[in-house]
Amino acid sequence: MSHVRLPRLGVAAAAALGLAFGLTFFYAPLEADQGFVQKIFYLHVPLGIVTLSGFVVGGAFAVKYLRTGDRIWDLRSYVAIHLSLIWSVVVLGTGSIWARASWGHWWLWSEPMLVSFLVIFLLYCCYQPLRFAIEDPERQARAAAVFAVVAAGFVPMNFVAVRLAQQVTHPRVLSASGGSMPGSMRLTFLVGIAAIALLFVSLYRLEVARKSAALELRRLRKTLAREREARPVREVLPARPVVRDLVVLTTASTEGA
Amino acid sequence: MPALPLDGAGVYVAGAYTLFVVVLVSYVAIMNRHVGRVRGELEELSAEIERGRRG
Repeated sequence: MSHVRLPRLGVAAAAALGLAFGLTFFYAPLEADQGFVQKIFYLHVPLGIVTLSGFVVGGAFAVKYLRTGDRIWDLRSYVAIHLSLIWSVVVLGTGSIWARASWGHWWLWSEPMLVSFLVIFLLYCCYQPLRFAIEDPERQARAAAVFAVVAAGFVPMNFVAVRLAQQVTHPRVLSASGGSMPGSMRLTFLVGIAAIALLFVSLYRLEVARKSAALELRRLRKTLAREREARPVREVLPARPVVRDLVVLTTASTEGA
Repeated sequence: MPALPLDGAGVYVAGAYTLFVVVLVSYVAIMNRHVGRVRGELEELSAEIERGRRG
């Protein structure tokens, strides 16, 4: 089962994050124009890229749910979006801090990159209220999946729209020419992306494992209560291997944390 | 090796990284609490099954 690898993934993510921070502060040179404040770039940009990718992945999982009807894809889609939404707050926060240090403003409404990210963030803020406003689990999953697919389409659209925008003050990291970063900066940036992506995957798996365990427990409790009405618990014991699986799962999840 | 200036720009850099760490630690702590709750319910359920087996 995939959750068995969770602790190892967590350790790898922590190590990669340590390496990325080490490279950021002790290897990458100071940027000539911005100076020390440019160090925020190595956190903010990878977070932004991974967060937007998380929204798109959530949409892809939602497509998978709509095609198969398997609830595990709905769960995966929900977790990917939920996690990306939390990280969006950090992207907005770190971006705002950088803007204050670099431009002297916490926020610029005339800047397409900032506003487009805010639009995506606000769009996904509607996901959870919409989801939990519907009580029937099947309808809830279907509506959430449709929302996730449509919203995921906005992410690349926003990216292209920002690219086409005339007025851009925000630095462009990903350009057709591959950017103008020197080797040491590029290495630090790429390690940062890898570290943040690993961290995202670790937390994603942890949450999927936790939610699957909780759902399985709830299902087990209901089955047990129903069966107990009809016959003694002794006869309900085929459920036992599932309980053992849950012990492995919750242990792996805790170690992964 | 560049110095780590904790004045001027350094405050902003420290603020950005602190925000990230605070959100990350809070998230992991909340997840840990949830996993603990699931584990507690699981132990409860296991005990219930054991009691049913003996009784």
